[in-house]
Amino acid sequence: MQRLCLIKQEFVAMSSIRTDSAAALGKGGRLNTEHAETLAGWLMATPAIVLILVFLIIPFIMAFVFSFTNQRLFSPNTPEFVGTRNFTDLMTLRTFSLEPELDANGQPVVDEEGNYVYPRLREYTRKNPKYPELNGLQEWFSWTIGTTRTFMLSSDVVFMKALFNTIFFVIVIVPGQGGMALILALLINQKLRGINIFRTIYFMPVVVSMVVVSILWRFIYDGQNGLLNTLLGIVSFGGFKPVDWLGTTSTAMPALMVMSAWQGVGFHMVIWLAGLQNIPESLYEAASLDGANRLQQFRFVTWPGLRNTMVFVLVIITMQAFGLFTQVNVMTRGGPLDSTQSIMLQAVQRGYEKLDISGGSTISIVFFVMVLAISLVQRYLTREKDA
Amino acid sequence: MIAQRVKTPMERWVTVGHYTLLVALAFVFIFPIVFMLMSSLKPSEQLLRDTSSLNAFLPIGDISLNNYYAAFERAPIWQFIFNSIFVTTSTVVLGLVINSMAAFSFAFLRWKGKNAVLSVIIASFIIPFEAIAIPLLLIVNTLPWIGPEGLKISWLNSLHVQIIPFIVSSFQIFLFYQFFKDLPFELIEAARIDGASSWQIYYRVIVPVSGPVFATAAILRFLDMWNQYLWPLMVTQSEVYRPVMVGLQYFFQLNVVWGEVMAYLSIITIPVLILYLSLQRAFITSIATTGIKG
Repeated sequence: MQRLCLIKQEFVAMSSIRTDSAAALGKGGRLNTEHAETLAGWLMATPAIVLILVFLIIPFIMAFVFSFTNQRLFSPNTPEFVGTRNFTDLMTLRTFSLEPELDANGQPVVDEEGNYVYPRLREYTRKNPKYPELNGLQEWFSWTIGTTRTFMLSSDVVFMKALFNTIFFVIVIVPGQGGMALILALLINQKLRGINIFRTIYFMPVVVSMVVVSILWRFIYDGQNGLLNTLLGIVSFGGFKPVDWLGTTSTAMPALMVMSAWQGVGFHMVIWLAGLQNIPESLYEAASLDGANRLQQFRFVTWPGLRNTMVFVLVIITMQAFGLFTQVNVMTRGGPLDSTQSIMLQAVQRGYEKLDISGGSTISIVFFVMVLAISLVQRYLTREKDA
Repeated sequence: MIAQRVKTPMERWVTVGHYTLLVALAFVFIFPIVFMLMSSLKPSEQLLRDTSSLNAFLPIGDISLNNYYAAFERAPIWQFIFNSIFVTTSTVVLGLVINSMAAFSFAFLRWKGKNAVLSVIIASFIIPFEAIAIPLLLIVNTLPWIGPEGLKISWLNSLHVQIIPFIVSSFQIFLFYQFFKDLPFELIEAARIDGASSWQIYYRVIVPVSGPVFATAAILRFLDMWNQYLWPLMVTQSEVYRPVMVGLQYFFQLNVVWGEVMAYLSIITIPVLILYLSLQRAFITSIATTGIKG
């Protein structure tokens, strides 16, 4: 409202501004001004267009082209076109089943601990002429049903783990962090004395660099006398056994999730808060006149009023979560045992550290296609309900 | 304001519970930062010992600024700070001008091909930076630059390599475009009738009424640029051009002195915190306004 009033004033003020070029309108006529407008339009947009072309679109096209070659940095050989080999090298998946080895009597061989003995997988995946399609594949994981052991083989186990971890990270972080942010926004959206101080504090981690945050949280997660172990020890009166949060495969990823949410939640809280404050007070008054309690007010007034905000919050958390990189790079470098590998870490490690430009670019393109797919799905979902 | 009503005992307990929760959460959000500031004042052995008790959050024991002196001796911190300020301010200022001008052109001026260009720019928003970092590195390595020493091929090891690729932001163009679209078109029409040129309309009519969106764009860009890490790491080998985040590497080479690390982290974080605390309303509204339009 205020802004509108301001603009109106400006509008009135404008009418009194007389510029020198007023005279130009006189004899040049309409055609001239249209030319001038086209020219100005182009000139004003040109710097942005040129920069975006050189520093965003062309690099992106290059990444796309590299992903079909064997380009390396500082390679003596000229790069060659290799078709889709980079993609198949990255994403080939095959299942392969083995039966236990049989002894002379046709009975399955059993080792000392009573487990079946299976032929070595390597004999099938290392240049076995009978199984050319398995050549070079590695075991990602396996499971046993009855006596049959089935292997999930992958051409690039590390990338598969990175892909899987990133998706896991997104699936947990998007509802988790989005929900936490909403709860914080609801807590903050009260007429209480000093509430702004809390808002300021909750938002504070957002302005601190992720690199700084990552280093600080290494102290929190330290296995020996990390702050988290200390606090849990105090709360449980010494009953808690210290955990090496970042050094254990099962806790490393959850630890990264908590830290990422801690850093980012204030940002999304503020967006929710703006959404909450956009809901007109009169709706709440009407609801309470109708005898709605707090919960019903939330269900029938607040939640429907937040729909657009929700879409926006979920979209930006998803985008940010997919790009998971800095935390991992500073805190775990993908370890322990690849349990915190992420897609972006792989792209950077291969392309930049191992100088494998085509490999890094291929991952970038896969990543881009995933992000594109998600944003299309999200756009579709929002459009459908808006109509 | 409505006059404050007297609260029932029940309501009072709800308020107390509410505050307790708020304070507990405040502790969660602030403790790593308090830990950083306190640790930066302690000798390393004490710092590491203190993490096993609540002393980690208290300024007790052997308190001094020694870590800060040592940090300034270990690394050319003033150089890093200068580089970061220079890179950040140039990017923010140039970005505001170029992006808002482009958005103005998209929003108000009629020219052929406008819609196609605009949709390409908006679509490019979803290209993540990490996905193009390596080709971008190859590109900047072949670009020429005329500096004080004459013509030089390759932008690596410079300040402009950290600035120019980041001036244009499709997100920023979109932000400006959305804001401009909501301005009443009569504003432009009236100025046109008065004979104002497109350039005059831009800086006499549009810029003066667009303060909030300029503030939003500037703050978001400032945070991004100050905290940049991957790109400067890739393009600067010489300390002369390194910004504060990359400067951290000095503290992890050879012997790591945790007290100095904490001092350095504080040095690069405190300016941002001060800026945030003094402009916190602007920071928070700026992020809130990005959400309203979606």
